[in-house]
Amino acid sequence: MNERRITYREALREGLLEALRTDERVLLIGEDVGRYGGTYAVSKGFFDMFGADRIRDAPLSESGFVGAGIGAAIGGLRPIVEIMTVNFSLLALDQIVNNAATLLHMSGGQYNVPVVIRMTTGAGRQLAAQHSHSLEGWFAHIPGLRIVTPATLEDARGMLWTALDDPDPVLIFEHAMLLNREDAIDDEVGAVDLDHAVIRRPGRDVSLITYGGMLFKCLDAADILFNEGIDAEVLDLRSLRPLDESAIIASVRRTGRAVIVDEGWRSGSLAGEISARLMEQAFYDLACPVARVCTAEIPIPYPTHLEQAALPQIDDIVAACLEMFHDQ
Amino acid sequence: MSEKIHLDHDHAHHLMKAMLRIRRFEEKCAELYSGGKIRGFLHLYIGEEAVAVGVMEAIGPQDTVVATYREHGQALARGVPMTAVMAEMYGKVEGCCRGRGGSMHIFDRERQFLGGNAIVAGGLPVAVGLAMAHKQLGRNAIAVCFFGDGAVAEGEFHESMNLASLWDLPVLFVCENNLYAMGSAIERVQAEPELHKKAAGYAMVAERVDGMDVIAVEAAARRAAETVRTSGKPYFLECRTYRFRAHSMFDPELYREKAEVEVHRQRDPLTVFPAFMKECHLANDDDIARFEDEVARELDEAVAFAEAGHWEPIADLARDLYRRETL
Repeated sequence: MNERRITYREALREGLLEALRTDERVLLIGEDVGRYGGTYAVSKGFFDMFGADRIRDAPLSESGFVGAGIGAAIGGLRPIVEIMTVNFSLLALDQIVNNAATLLHMSGGQYNVPVVIRMTTGAGRQLAAQHSHSLEGWFAHIPGLRIVTPATLEDARGMLWTALDDPDPVLIFEHAMLLNREDAIDDEVGAVDLDHAVIRRPGRDVSLITYGGMLFKCLDAADILFNEGIDAEVLDLRSLRPLDESAIIASVRRTGRAVIVDEGWRSGSLAGEISARLMEQAFYDLACPVARVCTAEIPIPYPTHLEQAALPQIDDIVAACLEMFHDQ
Repeated sequence: MSEKIHLDHDHAHHLMKAMLRIRRFEEKCAELYSGGKIRGFLHLYIGEEAVAVGVMEAIGPQDTVVATYREHGQALARGVPMTAVMAEMYGKVEGCCRGRGGSMHIFDRERQFLGGNAIVAGGLPVAVGLAMAHKQLGRNAIAVCFFGDGAVAEGEFHESMNLASLWDLPVLFVCENNLYAMGSAIERVQAEPELHKKAAGYAMVAERVDGMDVIAVEAAARRAAETVRTSGKPYFLECRTYRFRAHSMFDPELYREKAEVEVHRQRDPLTVFPAFMKECHLANDDDIARFEDEVARELDEAVAFAEAGHWEPIADLARDLYRRETL
């Protein structure tokens, strides 16, 4: 075992590089992935290494190049399509929802779509409303898609591998605020499983159920809570579709309390779905009502104090947990 | 494959029969629809047969075909068995998509037929990607993409034209211009109704052909497919055609006069082509009668096959959602 310290961005980059080197069928398609080096510098230098056919700069036409990725996947390539931000993915919704998610079913099992679509999600960089939203919960609504949200370096590097091996369309949501986050990574780590949630911090008193960019806020909140005498468990969902329901239920059965932390808006959110499943399957295991910490129901504002006020913060998570104990 | 058509006796008969199979199949479908055997949306191709038949003659089995929601004709011309198409219309498990798609979603992997995109223009980017795969994997195959005039107004049309041309991809775009996007006449919804001119703006060869003339379509499609294959670049073929029936079985057809339809009926490929064959002594009335008999027999078999088919068990409801097993 050999541990190094790298950033989330470098982990994404290593995953891509390995995939491109290992499998000739792998190609990267997206706006500015080539000569520019990637909007977030994830694919810097790749164009010179692999050439224009495999690092394919696409014009600003999300529906066109996402659809081309779908066709290329059906045709036998292993395309990785990069969409600059989740907001732009809305321009490609037709291809993602009407084609990628449905072709296997409509064709009676004849045509599967092994495409991988990566995109940045989340707020925190003062990019205002059209570059800051967290819409992964919407995509998790769609049967036929697999939705993953790598939060750790291992997942950032390894989920791409698993996604490329998957015969179905996989959407990877990478939180913009994680890109510069540095941590230790084991050199030996490879493909990771896409199906199972992971307990990032075990605890007895309350389950913090979260994913992606909110994971580290939950871990920090758990530290604060520990000093208050509350031992919080942090469950990283990792996959939003399929949801690892048994891991969620098992954690809440142990702790008796659930706080769901989701950067999406509360109304119609993934947090709402998880809450409903807890009502259906773990109602009698709950010591108190489920709580949700979500983004304020407004388009994300530009000024930093308002943006931060809109997003779930460590204090909000701590407060939601304390309230559960305070009431009793 | 030669660009020139050798219009001998056999080939003429083949074209005639291919168009007749589509026509009679669809007339039967309309009847079965009225009888409640076929449900959902049913978009008939009647009047447009020369386009699918002419184009399919020009391409090979290795080429991939992306089709529209008005695709029974495209599927039959491509060689998807009539039995499997009819069973699909019924929704039976013996259908080409296990009954999961119905009329608008006919797929046949063995025949490289990715038909049935019911989102207008939704198939165009997919065809671009298929062509990318053909090129990058070194296959001598092209992608053939059918779409209607309605699709030309969608952004995906323009994005796909640009990508295919920019990336030099082997796509044959076949625009079936039947002059109506559902109920909207082309002059009412297109600033430039000469659709091939739009494609030409994306720096690709674009031409217009009489889509009611099967020989003209085949000749143009051969030339186009050969150009795509040798140049590796896209090509746009606008086939001017006309549908004699309503947009779908639900359409009361209030947007056009019966007289207009009658004018176009004078150009019916199923009337014009037999007359041409007789004039050139390529076929006689007995030949035509024989084709009718053969098609009628095939159609009876297809209906019997669909009738005898089975409903997929409800236990299989979640089948074919993911290829990989999930939690």
